Amino acid sequence: MKLLMVEVRGLTKYYGEFRAIQGVSFTAQRGEILGLLGPNGAGKTTTMRIITGFMPATEGTATVDGFDVSAESHEVRRRIGYLPESPPLYHDMTVSSYLNFVGRIKGVGRSDLASALERVLEKCFLTEVASRIVSRLSKGYRQRVGLAQALIHNPPVLILDEPTIGLDPKQIIEIRGLIKELASERTVILSTHILPEVSQICGKVVIINEGRVVVEKNLNELAQGGSLEEVFLRHISKEVGEKEGNVSN
Amino acid sequence: MRNILTIAGKEIRSLFVSPIAYVVLTGFLLLGGWFFFNLLFRFNYLLTLYTGLQNSEGLQSLNLNEYVMAPLLHNLTIVLVIMIPIITMRAFAEEKRSGTYELLLTSPLTVTEIVLGKLLGAVAFIAVMILLTGIYPVILLFYGNPELGIVASGYLGLFLLGAVFVSVGLLTSSLTENQIVAAVTCFVVLLLLYVISWPVETAGAVLGGALKYLSVVDHFGEMVKGLIDTQDIVYFLSLIVLSLFLTYRSVEASRQS
Repeated sequence: MKLLMVEVRGLTKYYGEFRAIQGVSFTAQRGEILGLLGPNGAGKTTTMRIITGFMPATEGTATVDGFDVSAESHEVRRRIGYLPESPPLYHDMTVSSYLNFVGRIKGVGRSDLASALERVLEKCFLTEVASRIVSRLSKGYRQRVGLAQALIHNPPVLILDEPTIGLDPKQIIEIRGLIKELASERTVILSTHILPEVSQICGKVVIINEGRVVVEKNLNELAQGGSLEEVFLRHISKEVGEKEGNVSN
Repeated sequence: MRNILTIAGKEIRSLFVSPIAYVVLTGFLLLGGWFFFNLLFRFNYLLTLYTGLQNSEGLQSLNLNEYVMAPLLHNLTIVLVIMIPIITMRAFAEEKRSGTYELLLTSPLTVTEIVLGKLLGAVAFIAVMILLTGIYPVILLFYGNPELGIVASGYLGLFLLGAVFVSVGLLTSSLTENQIVAAVTCFVVLLLLYVISWPVETAGAVLGGALKYLSVVDHFGEMVKGLIDTQDIVYFLSLIVLSLFLTYRSVEASRQS
């Protein structure tokens, strides 16, 4: 059954005078992987930070599982697992003590903590490094610890900001496999600017350019308009072309 | 409450897994020991001198509380002015720099829990620092008879003063993502609270009175003398509450940008 899990309506965010996003709207269902696509600086991270409750929007609303992100922020934060662009790690902790700490601040009960820890260590292939210090881990492992951190409280919604950035091809394949597996009973919103990644794992694509949503479509609908690369470039370059035109005038 | 303890525990652990805790504890005890040795030496010297001179008035006025413990505690506050900024500088600045700030603020925690957790962690650490210097009055107990009530009152003062310093440190750390900036700002504020009463005599009754009231040393000095006045306790507590409130606002405001 389709169930609306994330609904974003008319989000606008100003940093001082600078407008990072304007009127961003989209929805995501349970069991869906939504790919937020866009060039660097398009507003993907800002959008994600608003949904996770890290910062408030200037205008517009977002709801997660029916809870408003600003008015019922606490409930929303319970239901979201968030992996920011650089994994939020305490470098002087061991992997398991770090995940234990995150589990506790995410509200995992004392009795469930051990089993939650074991589950995410196994899921993210971290069991053999559980007692290693985070600062000694390779980048790929750190990314996986970041993902484990987002999963520890078993949230129904996962927000992943460029989850495969900086990984080697084998790790990328592993992480993508993991994300697909996780999405079966969850909602995943991930941002990326790697186009093949979107066509491989996402069911739905939202393309953001210069702070606005230019495309919101299911991948199979999109395929009718040509390859994803073509669609992406058409929407991005149209606006860039307009702007360059203005400059030359 | 559980969240506050979780954060406090993490703070304490992060001090002890880095060399900071050990360097600070060693330095604090080393300097404390040096002060104690000197004060005790001077006390002995005066004792021998007055006995030799048969100065009974001088002998009457000599006592361990006034000649050893009081100056020792005053000296320790100076060391705290230097060391507490180093203990608290990482509290928020490091979280912001390393990106873990996003983790804390997107977890189902309230800002109050985060701030109080950090306060509790740092205060527990300085409590350990201060308790370890308890060895000095214990030594005095073996060889003399200092008045314990006065010693306890002085230690309570030192602890409250430490808690004030920690709160100021949390505030300056919450305002920046640069640890050095956090430490230096905290140091300047603490030193200012320390020397603010210097112009009391020349500043006139109203301003002078106000400056005297603001000075940490004046309030602390009363407690070292063994006088626990609600006015002094209220002074310390209001500084703590004010700093924590501003820290809270600063964390809330940092979400906006």
